[in-house]
Amino acid sequence: MDYVVEMLNIRKEFPGVLANDNITFILRKGEIHALLGENGAGKSTLMGILFGMYQPDSGIIRMYGKEVHISNPNVANALGIGMVHQHFKLVHNFTITENIILGMEPKTGLTIDIKSAAKRIKELSERYKLNVDPDAKIEDVSVGVQQRVEILKMLYRNAEVLILDEPTAVLTPQEVNELMNIMKSLAAEGKSIILITHKLKEIKAVADRCTVIRRGKLVGTVDVAAADESQLAEMMVGRQVSFKVDKQEKEPGEVILKVENLSVLSNRKVLGLKNFSLEVHAGEIVGIAGVDGNGQSELVEAITGLKRVESGRILLKGQDITNMPVRSRIRSGIAHIPEDRHKRGLVLDYTIADNMVIEIYDQFPFSQKGLLNKDSIRSYAEKIMNNFDVRAGQGADSAARSLSGGNQQKAIVGREIELNPELLIAVQPTRGLDVGSIEYIHKRLVDQRDKGKAVLLVSLELDEILNLSDRIAVVNNGELVGIVNASNTNENEIGLMMAGIKKGVEA
Amino acid sequence: MKLRFRIHLPKTTIVSLLAVVFGLIAGAILILATGNNPFEGYSYLFRGGLMNIERVGNTLATSTPLILAGLSVAFAFRTGLFNIGAAGQMLFGGFCATAVGLTLNWPKAIILPVMMIAAITGGALWALIPGILKARFNVHEVVSTIMMNWISYWVIYYIIPAYFKGSYLETESRQLPHGASLKADWLTHLFGGSYINLGIFIAVAAVVATAFILDRTVMGYELKAVGLNRYAAEYAGINVNRNIVLSMMIAGALAGLGGATLYTGNALSMQIGVMPSQGFDGIAVSLLGSNSPVGVLGAAIFFGILYSGKGFMNAMTRIPPEIADTIIATIIYFAATSVLIERALGWLKQRKRGA
Amino acid sequence: MWTIIQQIFPYAVAFTIPLLITALGGLFSERSGIVNIGLDGLMVVGSFAGALTIYKLQPMMPKGAVWVGLLAAMAAGLLFSLLHAFACINLNANQVISGTAINMIAYALTIFLARNVTGSGNIHIVSGLVRKDVPLLSSVPVIGKLFFSQTYATTWLVLLILVLSWFVIYKTAFGLRLRACGEHPHAADSAGVNVYGVRYIGVMISGAFSGLGGAIILVTYSGEFTGNVAGLGFLALASLIFGQWKPLGILAATFFFGFASTIANVSQVLPALAAIPGVILKVFPYAVTLIALVIFSKSSQAPRAAGEPFEHGKR
Repeated sequence: MDYVVEMLNIRKEFPGVLANDNITFILRKGEIHALLGENGAGKSTLMGILFGMYQPDSGIIRMYGKEVHISNPNVANALGIGMVHQHFKLVHNFTITENIILGMEPKTGLTIDIKSAAKRIKELSERYKLNVDPDAKIEDVSVGVQQRVEILKMLYRNAEVLILDEPTAVLTPQEVNELMNIMKSLAAEGKSIILITHKLKEIKAVADRCTVIRRGKLVGTVDVAAADESQLAEMMVGRQVSFKVDKQEKEPGEVILKVENLSVLSNRKVLGLKNFSLEVHAGEIVGIAGVDGNGQSELVEAITGLKRVESGRILLKGQDITNMPVRSRIRSGIAHIPEDRHKRGLVLDYTIADNMVIEIYDQFPFSQKGLLNKDSIRSYAEKIMNNFDVRAGQGADSAARSLSGGNQQKAIVGREIELNPELLIAVQPTRGLDVGSIEYIHKRLVDQRDKGKAVLLVSLELDEILNLSDRIAVVNNGELVGIVNASNTNENEIGLMMAGIKKGVEA
Repeated sequence: MKLRFRIHLPKTTIVSLLAVVFGLIAGAILILATGNNPFEGYSYLFRGGLMNIERVGNTLATSTPLILAGLSVAFAFRTGLFNIGAAGQMLFGGFCATAVGLTLNWPKAIILPVMMIAAITGGALWALIPGILKARFNVHEVVSTIMMNWISYWVIYYIIPAYFKGSYLETESRQLPHGASLKADWLTHLFGGSYINLGIFIAVAAVVATAFILDRTVMGYELKAVGLNRYAAEYAGINVNRNIVLSMMIAGALAGLGGATLYTGNALSMQIGVMPSQGFDGIAVSLLGSNSPVGVLGAAIFFGILYSGKGFMNAMTRIPPEIADTIIATIIYFAATSVLIERALGWLKQRKRGA
Repeated sequence: MWTIIQQIFPYAVAFTIPLLITALGGLFSERSGIVNIGLDGLMVVGSFAGALTIYKLQPMMPKGAVWVGLLAAMAAGLLFSLLHAFACINLNANQVISGTAINMIAYALTIFLARNVTGSGNIHIVSGLVRKDVPLLSSVPVIGKLFFSQTYATTWLVLLILVLSWFVIYKTAFGLRLRACGEHPHAADSAGVNVYGVRYIGVMISGAFSGLGGAIILVTYSGEFTGNVAGLGFLALASLIFGQWKPLGILAATFFFGFASTIANVSQVLPALAAIPGVILKVFPYAVTLIALVIFSKSSQAPRAAGEPFEHGKR
């Protein structure tokens, strides 16, 4: 049995958290090996060690039977290990060629030999069917192309072991299939691939074996063919997990949100949302499905007032709010669980208490005549923390920064729901959370719907959309592709729509 | 976080105190290196600031503009902005107060408040431009406030000789009459002839007011939120641009007030061609005071002692007075690199636990 | 009009060159990702080191003392900048505060030390550099008189450094890595680039260049160390932003400031300009900088990661 990589009894501790606790991971030549675990389980840390970004506190690594010390990414590269990170490590204003050769630039004399580099890249891209234009700047190409550049970076360095960290988060289902084909052909050529993921479907589709990690500890390594999804899920979480959400049938009520022919500019001064129209009724969840960057952010920012509208209207319960300031929209009944809880959702250096009133601090009883009433603020925050299971070291006086991601998100969800809005907008509400928190938040969202609220759910996780939504609107390139009922559609159909192919048309 | 000393102090205070200690040690080494006796030097330095009631008064007077400049920088910093322009705001605010004092002939009880209002307005106006540039165009306030410093410098350079020329020197304005200055006879007598004046009361009142605004008011809540995370503030409906401008204006107002204490209290005239160093010392004071109003008060008084005493030290030994500036600068370096001190503290804690 | 330009030109150049070299230093630092507002203090350190060296050496070696002094200034600036580098790179201190601390220490320390040498704290050097004509080129009509007559040797040194800097930043591997560290240090880190090392080099270059800038002022038009460089270091910073972090842009920006300041200084003497109120001319460079900052704010080419602390291994 030829083992390409052996990571034996690896232990790694960061301040406050034991990321890897005595983990053993073995990679065979030519296999696709999935590394499965919840968010925060320790998968990225383990691979970071393999790639030389961190040093293990104890344990050894062997390659082809020989012990190695991987002290930095250069050493990893020299050993033939390459990594594609979840957040791309590409310099925005460099060309594709410059990004690929960074760190091992071919030289003639003192200058960089750009020409020979571009030539080699073209050869590689043709051989592995990863088509790119070597002279294009990264900021000008699509996310899918950027990912190909990351893979080319590894191949340029003659990597034999390829680590892919959550590669499919940014791809349509069709692009995911393409990626899986690329992975299979690379494996067939003798490359060994480690796939870090928490997506069970993909593991079943492409992996040979799967190692499961939970809370820093190794749970086990299984043959994928022999295990089914619910087994893998149980290993990952430690208990039975049901993915279905309990949803009663409900008759939707009046129209709460009406978006009419909305066009919004993106950050790059072109139209990010084009002529978009949608209605959300009371007592329903409408999910927006689409690949990241196809207009969802622009839609949410326009509705919440964070971005100007170029043309079209937004109506809340019949009232035109298209040009209303943010605070007025909040008062009119819109609540927003933002995409990025650290950027928009919380002031991390404020206490939980101060964060819980960030939209209402200027109202009685939280303040009077310009002076804050700290006691009222604190008891309000404690109420939310109780109702929404938010755990923090020092209660409402804890700094928001000190809470775990899951608790931070629950606090935000609690704050927004406590506003008792007519329209609740939830963007990526469970990103980066452990399964327990995900279940909890899903329940609360359905709860709001059952209470007769209108919920607009934007998510990149197709499963989440399919599970929770009553209706699904698919967006591609800023345009509405179609709206379907969740009950009579499937992932394949949505996937095609996400790629721009309208319902009823042959792919 | 508390350390197990006899006194419980917040971590930032300990860091500041240690920075002071390290700065003093560095100063001592420097004094030694130039062939002088550090103990002698420091003894004269501190006695120079505190030895008798007159000197205490002088120390308080020296501290007064430092307190206000420090508050200015601290306030801006708490709300997310670097106010390097305190010097220019002090100049302009001080000028506005001086201009009113030299022009209007009103009784002291009326003209003094008017002068202070003029100073506040002048300082606020001077900070308005960097504030708007930051809010609307995201121009970094470090560069814009430095530019405003030089503009202020040259405006004063030309305007004083043109309209307020002193009778003795080309480079100085007319003297303010006693009835339009912050000087108060009873105070001067109380402190044995020192140049202490009403400015110290203004400064302390400003400390209280700043602390109150930051901690207890809705306005303070909004300003801090914008400073800590403008995206979250925007998301919650807080008007970010308005608050950035407001914050700079308040910072400018505080600095302007500091200028008034400097030019209508400590001194009675303005000199052209001099950029008030207190403006930059305000940055040091704010840093050392951990950007809190009470900390600023403490740090400013400490600096006041050093500045007040350095002349005495220079007279009694051969140590150049710039040692005080060097010590202060070194303290700032240590305060800026407080991580080092924090790590050392953490390492000490580990040793205690493990051993 | 032309004669006015001819007359002012050498003075404008003399003012521009120290600004240019300092701004180039700032360029290397910021391109690597470290904001350095301590350029002014580093210039003062260079001015001090240069003055002290020349003061001591000139009696012994009148010919070469100036050049040794310039070298000493570069060394002093480089060493002093290590304070900033250590604070920002190893300790992740706030870079603006550290730069401010550098300025404060520089002003205070240099005067303190200078007072121990000469009681007043000013160090006067007997002779600096002499203006010379460039052989051959100065005879060329029109531009010969303008560009190649009565120039300082340091002018050509700095222009050479400018060309080399452009080459290094855009054509060499080091330059690519430098720019990567300033735009996306994590990308550079995972490509195996030693981000800490590159940033140290960037800051040290800014120290050496700024020190040289301060010393050039000393040996060309000032003649003595006075404890400050009239805020030129901050003007260099503004030039860096004005020039959009590009060597040629910086050349244009510093030249503009050189000309504007010189015009302001000589306005009394020239009848055409004497009519403009002095305050307008003095304030002009600063006001224009503000306007330029506004104009360039939308399309700012600032290195994206400049000012942000970098920790190896943090995702």
